[in-house]
Amino acid sequence: MGTERVQCRWQTGFMATGGSVTEGSVTEGSAPAVRDVVETVTAFARTLRYSGVHASPDRVQAMIRAVGKLDVLDPSHVYWSGRLTLCASQDDVQRYDAAFSAYFSAEAPRQVQTSGQPRRKVASSASLGINNSEGQDSAEDAPDLAAAASGEEILRHRDIGQLSPEEREQLQRLFALLAPNPPLRRSRRRTPAAQGSVHVARTVRRALHNGGELVALSRRKARQRPRRVVALLDVSGSMSPYADALLRFAHALTRAHQGSTEVFTVGTRLTRVTREMRLRDPDKALAASGAAIPDWSGGTRLGEVLKAFLDRWGQRGVARGAVVILASDGWERGDPDLLAEQMSRLHRLAHRVIWVNPHKGRNGYEPLTRGMAAALPYVDSFVSGHSLAAFEVLAKEIADA
Amino acid sequence: MLGDVTSWSSPGEVREALEGTGYLADEGIATAAFLALAMGRPLFTEGEAGVGKTALATALAQATERPLYRLQCYEGLEASQALYDWDFPRQMLHLRAAEAAGLTDDPDKLEASLYDRRFLVARPLLQALEDSPSVLLIDEIDRADDEFEAFLLEMLSDFTISIPEIGTIRADIPPLVVLTSNRTREVHDALKRRCLYHWLDHPTYEREVAILRTRLPQITEQLAADVARATGKLRQADLLKPPGVAEAMDWATALHVLGAREIDPERAAITLGAVLKYREDADRIKTLGLSALLGS
Repeated sequence: MGTERVQCRWQTGFMATGGSVTEGSVTEGSAPAVRDVVETVTAFARTLRYSGVHASPDRVQAMIRAVGKLDVLDPSHVYWSGRLTLCASQDDVQRYDAAFSAYFSAEAPRQVQTSGQPRRKVASSASLGINNSEGQDSAEDAPDLAAAASGEEILRHRDIGQLSPEEREQLQRLFALLAPNPPLRRSRRRTPAAQGSVHVARTVRRALHNGGELVALSRRKARQRPRRVVALLDVSGSMSPYADALLRFAHALTRAHQGSTEVFTVGTRLTRVTREMRLRDPDKALAASGAAIPDWSGGTRLGEVLKAFLDRWGQRGVARGAVVILASDGWERGDPDLLAEQMSRLHRLAHRVIWVNPHKGRNGYEPLTRGMAAALPYVDSFVSGHSLAAFEVLAKEIADA
Repeated sequence: MLGDVTSWSSPGEVREALEGTGYLADEGIATAAFLALAMGRPLFTEGEAGVGKTALATALAQATERPLYRLQCYEGLEASQALYDWDFPRQMLHLRAAEAAGLTDDPDKLEASLYDRRFLVARPLLQALEDSPSVLLIDEIDRADDEFEAFLLEMLSDFTISIPEIGTIRADIPPLVVLTSNRTREVHDALKRRCLYHWLDHPTYEREVAILRTRLPQITEQLAADVARATGKLRQADLLKPPGVAEAMDWATALHVLGAREIDPERAAITLGAVLKYREDADRIKTLGLSALLGS
């Protein structure tokens, strides 16, 4: 926690100006001592934002007020007033602890997120030459064929991993047009309807309008609500030609129904990118996710990462009754038994598990990778995700789930 | 007992007051409760199941000698179950009775008598405002849908409820609001921003022993220490559901009922169901060996 080390820096800041802070003067900010508190807190909040905590101005104001209620010279009071007002989740608490000890004991702040890293190109595979063969609409043997024409229809069926930069750009625009419908489920809430059970409150309320005379029965039925969709996207090295497309698809899903979609990336670790995916502009959303994902093009430890997902999110409720989409080629570096165990756990929790494997679109594909073989018994539907047409199929699969 | 909340001038006093009710608060909880009262902000608590989030609200109500109103959230919770509802059948009876007595000459008067306070059924949120000062516990907010969250935002910002037929009901002193969440769903930022956020962790070994001793005065000191140590190890054992304080208390009670003065492998094995709620977890611990778990 590091509150002890804080003592000296915090105190030197205040001893010099002599003191305590009262709530009223915070807003005015006239006395030099007060400005010092405000300045210190604001500067600390900046450090905190740098390490990934969304310390918005109103939260910072709340911290200043909280410090005013407590003893500013007590490091632990300062620690708690900041933690209670600036943090919004368990992840924030960890970042806060690191930033707090760094800031108040004058260490270099350690960055939790990797936003400073040079951003990698999302899709980095080389494309085939476009010029030397005639175009054919075939999804199966895409690697062996290149399109002469770049019509949308052909592009729809081309393997995303084999596209040229221009074609990819055009495909990105097509992705933006993809509007997947969320799957539906019955809600506990009910809505007035022509048929269904009798809506007692409404019937009596209507009767009251007619001077207590029952004229007609009002009825109601269960409302339909979107079912939660959880996307787990593999961003390891072997999936890198498809990562961009998968993220775009996840973005389209998130935009279609914000409240009921969760997006995570898996690789060597689990990263939640739901917040980033909510940005309206797909390019901005992808750039923000890229900055948040620390394990681009690394290895895959699907079993372990899936376990982390189920422990921290899935079992609590995120995966319960949800449609879970797992996009990966099943190249598992870890223990396939662990993956099988976690897949069976996921299968018990989720409404439906859909596995998207881009390699499935290739001719003669068989699920031979150890991870894939271990996971298949627990998968409800196994689809390919190598072309825009395949993603359209996937979108339908999700809507019908 | 420190009844008057204005007499609390530091987190230390809050801690003492909570201790008086049998809730052992650490520094974080005490500071959070103190600031929630001093700043008039709702307290948003998150943490594993069974770390004492709900118990904190109960203890705060006891310590402040305020009435506690609890709203258990669930999917499909509507304003009519959280705020107020009109008692339609009674209104209907009233109307019929008025008709029978021939009091229908003045429709305005009749209508006013229909929407009288006595036909209003107050639900927890309205009760908490009417019976001020009070403690309002909004339990498991993550289970309610997001529409309800938006509705709550409005109520938590100014602590008033307006009923078209009656008028606005305002709390003289804003209630102390405690929200709990098990993180089955991410609660919206707009709601969190209005609250103080506190993440509750599992207690340290010493604090857990103290909690067991306070809450279960009938068990021996040795049993409390053994159970706390074993529970601490279970939390490290990579389980599907690491046991919380509530499970530790259940376990200690189960052992005590079986006449144990300290923990032994046989009794631990037959009472394991009080602390581990998944078959996989129980199997895992049994293969690791119970004696390893119980040894110091």
